[in-house]
Amino acid sequence: MVNGMHSEADGTRAAPPAPTTKTRRPPRAAALAQVIEGGVVVLRRKLSAGELGSLPVVLVLAAVWITFQSLNDSFLSPRNLSNLSVDIVGTGLIAVGIVFVLLIGELDLSVGSISGLAAALFAVLNVNHGVPEWLALVLAVLSGTVAGTVQGYSVAKTRVPAFVVTLAGLLTFNGLMLYILGTSGTVNLDENGLVAKLTSHYFTNDAAAYSVAAVATGLVFLVSHHGRRRRMAVGMPHRSFRVIVVRTAVLAAVAFTAAYLLNRFQGLPLALLILLVVVAGLDIVLRRTHYGRQVYALGGSIEATRRASLNVTGVQTAVLAVSGTMAAIGGLFLASRITSVSQGAGSGLLLLNAIAAAVIGGTSLFGGRGTTWSAVLGMLVIQSIASGMVITDTPTAVQFMITGGVLFAAVVIDALARRSQEAHGRA
Amino acid sequence: MASPPLLALRGVCKRFGVVEVLTDIELELRAGQVVALLGDNGAGKSTLVKVISGVTPADKGVIEWEGSPVQIRRPHDARDLGIATVYQDLALCGNLDVVGNLFLGREIRRFGFLDEVEMERRTSQLLERLTRGVPDLRAPVVSLSSGQRQTVAIARSLLGDPRILLLDEPTAALGFEQTSEVLDLVDQLRDRGLAVLLISHNMGDVKALADRAAVLRLGRNNGFFDVNTAPQEQIIASITGATENVPRRMAHQEAGW
Ligand SMILES: Nc1ncnc2c1ncn2[C@@H]1O[C@H](COP(=O)(O)OP(=O)(O)O)[C@@H](O)[C@H]1O
Ligand SMILES: [Mg+2]
Repeated sequence: MVNGMHSEADGTRAAPPAPTTKTRRPPRAAALAQVIEGGVVVLRRKLSAGELGSLPVVLVLAAVWITFQSLNDSFLSPRNLSNLSVDIVGTGLIAVGIVFVLLIGELDLSVGSISGLAAALFAVLNVNHGVPEWLALVLAVLSGTVAGTVQGYSVAKTRVPAFVVTLAGLLTFNGLMLYILGTSGTVNLDENGLVAKLTSHYFTNDAAAYSVAAVATGLVFLVSHHGRRRRMAVGMPHRSFRVIVVRTAVLAAVAFTAAYLLNRFQGLPLALLILLVVVAGLDIVLRRTHYGRQVYALGGSIEATRRASLNVTGVQTAVLAVSGTMAAIGGLFLASRITSVSQGAGSGLLLLNAIAAAVIGGTSLFGGRGTTWSAVLGMLVIQSIASGMVITDTPTAVQFMITGGVLFAAVVIDALARRSQEAHGRA
Repeated sequence: MASPPLLALRGVCKRFGVVEVLTDIELELRAGQVVALLGDNGAGKSTLVKVISGVTPADKGVIEWEGSPVQIRRPHDARDLGIATVYQDLALCGNLDVVGNLFLGREIRRFGFLDEVEMERRTSQLLERLTRGVPDLRAPVVSLSSGQRQTVAIARSLLGDPRILLLDEPTAALGFEQTSEVLDLVDQLRDRGLAVLLISHNMGDVKALADRAAVLRLGRNNGFFDVNTAPQEQIIASITGATENVPRRMAHQEAGW
């Protein structure tokens, strides 16, 4: 499902070289050949232009899954996949915020600390001070927004690189979290509370997962179909109807397989549903709104953005506000998974994993290229490796080395793609 | 006297730190005229363009629009007046596609979302008018040839129906055919009543196209010429500095045109 929606997103920008339907309707086999040929042309053009998109990460994910499945056949079991889909949510949401920051060519090092701060704030307000859960939750998320906004505004005004400002933030917010937690050390959350439910609730009715798959597939089909009709109406190059059908069918296959597997365990996890809705929503914000266009533009060239009369300060502030907010939300999901908040919340590998997820998923470190779906795909790779290591009883040391290798490969691909694009332009 | 010029600079100064890059610049642009801005490398031509387009606002001096003083403090101000610019460095976002660059900052929206179909339609209409080698509209601009990028930058400048067009060495990266496309375009735009400021090092193009020429030397005015009557040697002498003794204040001569 994830991948299907992503490739739909990619393709709309790059209209294929018009295999129009105006020509006489060819016989079936020829038609299929035509579709494949069109696909190959698009793919080749994308490869030579350095636009690999999510292709490498999908291949890596397939390789990881095949490897672990051959080592231990419980890896692709419904139980393990279902757990995997919940385990990626907390860090995945944080990585979505990181994608925004990477898109403008900056880096946010404070997301781990902010996630811990938000979780601690929620725990202390709700458990220790009896603030109603919903209010504590809203305040916790807002604390991330405020922290991000302050950092973003400082970056925009001082023109100090974001990684420096957010390094200060990393320390400050971590200190603030320890201060808030005080001597209490670990705070246990209400096992049946709202936050605990975020990752423990499953829609056990089989219909839930299938309806989500159906709605997503249907929406993607309707949007592509409508876009095609509009393009045809004004005589613009458009995808052939077959291409749309094939794409929708691939998406449907992925979505319904996922739904089937989830239903064979405990049903659709609420956390996964939230992740997918947030990522799809933010993807639309980035690629289909004026705000998102400014984010990409800033990653392309700050000077060009400024000369196009855009508000650079505003966009920089907003982007770090988004990453702060997403960090806070992610922190609540992480706390929900262990139903407690300790002094170690938001520390350790969290920050590195979130950044690695975005980059492994195909978001460029150089700014301007990437989508929110890359956070999900990258997180799937990282979490699959972690889970596979546990299942196959491999030591953590090896897990780090493998994840590091994948990250390194992603960075190299990113750099090569960039070089190839520039070479393409000079040719 | 005739109507006031569309745009006039009076005593404009610009300094970067301690370096005074532009000193007491006078310049007038009139509708339906092409003014060539000439000068050696480092004379301050690009800086002057950025002053007029609000990228690096003037420190001193007055800018008049149709005779009354205006403030150009940011690119937004220049755009609102109807000043469009093709910068020497083009100022494109390499990661955005052709359509995205053309409409950057003035996207067409439909129900609050970007209307890619309409933007793409207008882009292809505009580019087909401008050039024969229309690039792939959905390719990121970084993957286009430098000539195609130049075309994209020129197309973008025409999008908002500007009244003044500033072209900073628009043909430097172009081959023969594309250069004549651009020069033809400038000719058409003049006939449609735009005021054009053209920076070029090619005296042939300047002779063929411009009505007047203003020469900058070391950040100061160093002569104004009627291109149709002034001998080319005289203009070149003014560019290279062989004739430095031109009075610094040329305002009276500007007004005489
Ligand atoms: N942002 C800047 N900061 C400092 N000096 C600058 C800046 N921009 C231009 N200059 C200087 O101003 C002078 C004029 O540059 P420019 O306007 O680009 O000249 P031209 O376009 O005529 O070749 C040069 O000496 C250049 O080094
Ligand atoms: Mg210049």
